[in-house]
Amino acid sequence: MALKIVKGSIDRMFDKNLQDLVRGIRNHKDDEAKYISTCIDEIKQELKQDNIAVKANAVCKLTYLQMLGYDVSWAAFNIVEVMSSSKFTYKRIGYLAASQCFHEGTDVIMLTTNQIRKDLSSPNQYDTGVALTGLSCFVTPDLARDLANDIMTLMSHTKPYIRKKAVLIMYKVFLKYPESLRPAFPRLKEKLEDPDPGVQSAAVNVICELARRNPKNYLSLAPLFFKLMTSSTNNWVLIKIIKLFGALTPLEPRLGKKLIEPLTNLIHSTSAMSLLYECVNTVIAVLISLSSGMPNHSASIQLCVQKLRILIEDSDQNLKYLGLLAMSKILKTHPKSVQSHKDLILQCLDDKDESIRLRALDLLYGMVSKKNLMEIVKKLMLHVDKAEGTTYRDELLTKIIDICSQSNFQYITNFEWYISILVELTRLEGTRHGHLIASQMLDVAIRVKAIRGFAVAQMATLLDNAHLLTGNTQRNGICEVLYAAAWICGEFSEHLEDPMQTLEAMLRPKVATLPGHIQAVYVQNAAKLFATVLRKHDGETESQAAQETSQLLIDRLPLFVQSANLEVQERASCILQLVKYIQKLQQKNVEVAEEVTALFAGELNPVAPKAQKKVPIPEGLDLDAWINEPPSESESEDEKPKAVFAKEEPKHSRSRHTEVDEKELARRREVRKQEQANNPFYIKASPSSQKVYDAPGVEHIPVVQIDLSVPLKVPGMPMSDQYLKLEVERRQKEKAERKKKEKKKKREKRGKERKADSGPESEEDITPAHQVDIVTEEMPENALPSDDDDKDPNDPHKALDIDLDKPLADSEKLPVRTHRPEALKSPAEDRDSESVPQETKKKSGKEKKKDKEKDRKRSKEEKKKKKKHKEVEEELLESQPEEAVQSEETKEAAAPPTSTSAEQEVCVLMCVCLQEVTAPSSAAAAVDTSSAAAPESEPDEPKDTEPEDTKSSKHKKKKQKKEKEEKEKKKKKRHHHHHQHHSDAGGEDSVQNGTVEEEEPLPVSQSHSVSLKQEVKVYDIQGNHQDESKVVVSVIFENKSDSFLKSMEFNVLDSLNSKLQRPEGAGAHDSLTVPFQLPPGVSNEARFVFSVQSIIMPQKLKGTLTFIVKSDESSTHEKLDFKLHFTCTSYLITTPCYSDAYAKLLESGDLKGSSLRLEGINMPFHHLLARICFHHHFSVVERIDSCASMYSRSIQGHHVCLLVKTSDQTVSIDAKCDEPSLLGNVLDEIKQTFSKC
Amino acid sequence: MIKAILIFNNHGKPRLSKFYEHYTEDTEQQIIRETFHLVSKRDENICNFLEGGLLIGGSDNKLIYRHYATLYFVFCVDSSESELGILDLIQVFVETLDKCFENVCELDLIFHVDKVHNILAEMVMGGMVLETNMSEIITQVEAQGKMEKSEAGIAGAPARAVSAVKNMNLPEMPKNINIGDISIKVPNLPSFK
Repeated sequence: MALKIVKGSIDRMFDKNLQDLVRGIRNHKDDEAKYISTCIDEIKQELKQDNIAVKANAVCKLTYLQMLGYDVSWAAFNIVEVMSSSKFTYKRIGYLAASQCFHEGTDVIMLTTNQIRKDLSSPNQYDTGVALTGLSCFVTPDLARDLANDIMTLMSHTKPYIRKKAVLIMYKVFLKYPESLRPAFPRLKEKLEDPDPGVQSAAVNVICELARRNPKNYLSLAPLFFKLMTSSTNNWVLIKIIKLFGALTPLEPRLGKKLIEPLTNLIHSTSAMSLLYECVNTVIAVLISLSSGMPNHSASIQLCVQKLRILIEDSDQNLKYLGLLAMSKILKTHPKSVQSHKDLILQCLDDKDESIRLRALDLLYGMVSKKNLMEIVKKLMLHVDKAEGTTYRDELLTKIIDICSQSNFQYITNFEWYISILVELTRLEGTRHGHLIASQMLDVAIRVKAIRGFAVAQMATLLDNAHLLTGNTQRNGICEVLYAAAWICGEFSEHLEDPMQTLEAMLRPKVATLPGHIQAVYVQNAAKLFATVLRKHDGETESQAAQETSQLLIDRLPLFVQSANLEVQERASCILQLVKYIQKLQQKNVEVAEEVTALFAGELNPVAPKAQKKVPIPEGLDLDAWINEPPSESESEDEKPKAVFAKEEPKHSRSRHTEVDEKELARRREVRKQEQANNPFYIKASPSSQKVYDAPGVEHIPVVQIDLSVPLKVPGMPMSDQYLKLEVERRQKEKAERKKKEKKKKREKRGKERKADSGPESEEDITPAHQVDIVTEEMPENALPSDDDDKDPNDPHKALDIDLDKPLADSEKLPVRTHRPEALKSPAEDRDSESVPQETKKKSGKEKKKDKEKDRKRSKEEKKKKKKHKEVEEELLESQPEEAVQSEETKEAAAPPTSTSAEQEVCVLMCVCLQEVTAPSSAAAAVDTSSAAAPESEPDEPKDTEPEDTKSSKHKKKKQKKEKEEKEKKKKKRHHHHHQHHSDAGGEDSVQNGTVEEEEPLPVSQSHSVSLKQEVKVYDIQGNHQDESKVVVSVIFENKSDSFLKSMEFNVLDSLNSKLQRPEGAGAHDSLTVPFQLPPGVSNEARFVFSVQSIIMPQKLKGTLTFIVKSDESSTHEKLDFKLHFTCTSYLITTPCYSDAYAKLLESGDLKGSSLRLEGINMPFHHLLARICFHHHFSVVERIDSCASMYSRSIQGHHVCLLVKTSDQTVSIDAKCDEPSLLGNVLDEIKQTFSKC
Repeated sequence: MIKAILIFNNHGKPRLSKFYEHYTEDTEQQIIRETFHLVSKRDENICNFLEGGLLIGGSDNKLIYRHYATLYFVFCVDSSESELGILDLIQVFVETLDKCFENVCELDLIFHVDKVHNILAEMVMGGMVLETNMSEIITQVEAQGKMEKSEAGIAGAPARAVSAVKNMNLPEMPKNINIGDISIKVPNLPSFK
């Protein structure tokens, strides 16, 4: 044997190992890909060998190749093989490979469950460790669910090494399987006080990670963490806790107050920068949360700012960076304390490290005030000139614009200065942000009325000097500003001193080299200027100037008419024709100015960026509906173009809506006008175009003339610096003035500032040079105020938003798993049997509620179904906050499961899970024998009554039926003992599962019943999504005897309508072999497919089960009869439906109605709905108060719609369906459901 | 949470990649390339943080890296991690490697990725910091190494011999990263455990 091993290893040593592979790759630099592909071929060969060492070596190499970017998912199965090796060396290789390349989509992952479980319970701590590490990388929801309990057990392992890993991995488990959070949380909390610091740190880590996402649920842990914070010396733990407090304080200001002191102490005492930094950060968070209520923390702020200054001044760039980062947080609430460090921050702008410069820029953004804005921007402008590299310069540019434009130009006191800055920025070479500057120019000119005159003058200069901007083709980005310049000059041309000159500048031949969209604006605005010129010369008879202007346009426009750009061409030709016509009129001395001006009358107001999104969709408008039916595929090619242009009548009856809209619009327009009239921030359109010229508000701006004079004389570009000086002077002057007539001023100012920008009152000593109207953007009427469009619906942490303080309900147990009975190991059964409950061990009762449990892997088909149903089930769970059953069980549930009892509890639970899974659309029916069995054999069983109740209530929901059969045997002696046992368990079972068949024990079985052995069956009947005529029936066989049952055969007497699907070649009356045997006390599930033709009626099928009972002495053949009840609801499939589709369906008139009244229903409406959803597979379409519409679909596609109303214990259900008899039966079943509660 | 740990050399060749979220192989390679591109153009002596948010996850994420001789060690983390703490962690990682490989160099990482992974697994698990105490890490790594040796037993001996022979004709085995030489100022956590 040893020889063989040695021999094998000698063979192997010439195989290529990882080192050889790496070496080979390095030696084949030129044809690496080719070399690797031969290696992969070798690896494939190696993987085919039986020797696990060879395989492990191959997998090891694959892991390396995966890092190089090769897809190795094809070897997933081999990886699983290596993982399951018994040798640690190979196991580790396998788990490493798995952690690198497995993910949720890897299908072989489901094969690993048992292997992982085995490794988790391995006596060797490193086997366990390696499994935990691997699992942490590829855990899936299924794995999380199946292994949660095993991992939880490991959290109390004796070895700290395992404990800390188990604690840490729980976070991943929670993410994938949120239901596990509540049951596992108490133990996790215990681990916060684990004697081992590593475990403690892991627990802190996990809780911090959880709390970061949903802090409010963890507030109750604050005292515990507080204790840890003051006692722990582990900096990692401290940092985590302090970070956690940072997240908690905003929710609980009192906590903040308590924290300040210990944190301050830490700040003073610690020498670890990382800890110091986090403390400062949290103190800042505390101060932010307190900022409203508590004024007296200036000492703490000072301390923070002071410490941060030390960080920023440090030569370590990392500290500097973090210092700036933290500073920016203080800035938000305590800008004043930061502003005193402006010097330091401006200094950081010169840093060689771009990250630091950017951080400093961020800070500047918040540090500006009315006072220092000009100064800061001036510094930035210097940096712009110095900056090398366009990226940083562009960054500066955007920052300057951001800083100036923030909160509606709040800090700008002098808009002339800002316009000058913008104009100066246009001199930047090669910037990409021309459009940004352009939009600022437009924004300011449109929204600040008082500045228009100045802006127009500047823009005219820009247009005049356009050649400077466009001279170099590389400067393409900047020519965007011409777009703004042309538009401003045109729109506000009444402010132009010499419109003729500007018009001339706009029509230069050079313009034709600009991008098309800019040319188009030029052309359009040339027309506006033309109108202005005409107006100016209005009244003068025989105006030479006006006619010259027309001639100029007629001469120059043809250039644009030839433009390749459609937009330019179109506008140019229109305007050209217009001008030609005007010229004719002019020659006849007709007054045209007024008419031409009227073309451009009215003002354009800014529109809020989100306005479009917020337009409410008018009722009845379906945006997804086709206006015209899309051309059908079959249409021949040559017909298509026709369809595009032809004005076909809309085929839909949409016209109705449009009419409504017209009226509606008119009405809304009125409303809007009303609103605008009352809105002080809204600039009203002047009633007539002429009035545009005397814009309101301009005349009472005293300062305007002073400032205007200087820059306008500057022939070239304006110099923003001059404004700085002017501004300083102005402020001084104002100050002096104010002192004189303080009282007077105050009154005046109040009047003036009515519409002015809203600087903080603290800065009131600086009045803006211009009293400006800052126009707020228009929003559509009825805009929805919702602003929360940026929440990510896919955030996995949402699911973890769970209240942890509620006491654990008994339903909240981790799924536990039973040991698999040896006898069941036949391969076909393998998977199913994992979850087979074992009668003998039924202690549990408690765990039953796990309605949510889904089955572990089964056939693929089932998996698909499962997916579909997941959603449905979740919905159900939500809508059923309390299961009726639950309350009854609470007593039993109170004690949390200890690890020792866990195993025993498992079996029953699993049974339930299984069932439910199999019947995705319905909750599973679990079966209980007790009610059936007890009456016969032990009528005085105390628990009987309780199960009955609960069962029945649950039962209604589900369509399943179950049947019980009892088998009789001779062994009476054992009866007592056994029976007791059964009924006990049975009672509990029934509670959880709650389904009881009304059919009750079959007569047949009763006749047999002499002995105590029973066999129970549960049926879950379930429509098959893929096939409209198939129904899957899940049957649970439970052996309640103490003999071994084998050779079970299942047969059903087919009816015309329903037939059991038998394998091909089998006769119509052959029975099906049940693919397993049952040892005593064991149950298992089998599924049978029935084909059904008509689903409109409920039906019952008779069937027989034959089997051999094998006891010690003998074996006998036994037979058991049963009935299968197919209700109509079992043919319904929960299908979600949207309310519009639902409405359409009802409107269509294809459905026949029927109704039902239920009296004396005494349950909350949502329970009622949940019950209907649950038992009868409906989904809620819409619910309004005590009225809800519900929908379901049968497997054959019948629509079933319900309108459920409730008032005063009476429930009325109006139903519609395209198949009246189906509907009738469904309603009967619903009635039955409720009659039982 | 740590989202990813990457080690690549000055030319961008990956030496170790560990992603704690799933990406396709192609995306992984792209992330490595882009990260290299971002990190490699930064001077020495500038800060070790980079807002590389777009690469993995959202703007919440940061790249925190250190450059040792020929290798970049890059951690992509979200805001729940302390920046300076992660810098320390990188230091611990490198020092641990140094101890385990005895004066580690890039070649050690090239030829023993698996070993590096195993060491890393003792420090970071599923994206969360598991252990920061170097001696504890080394103890566990060594214990597992011992187990591996004992499992190999007699059978392992010839394989080791052959591999030793193979390594003999390896001219390019210079030990060329000395971490000791490059002293990067670590803001130290005195009771760093």
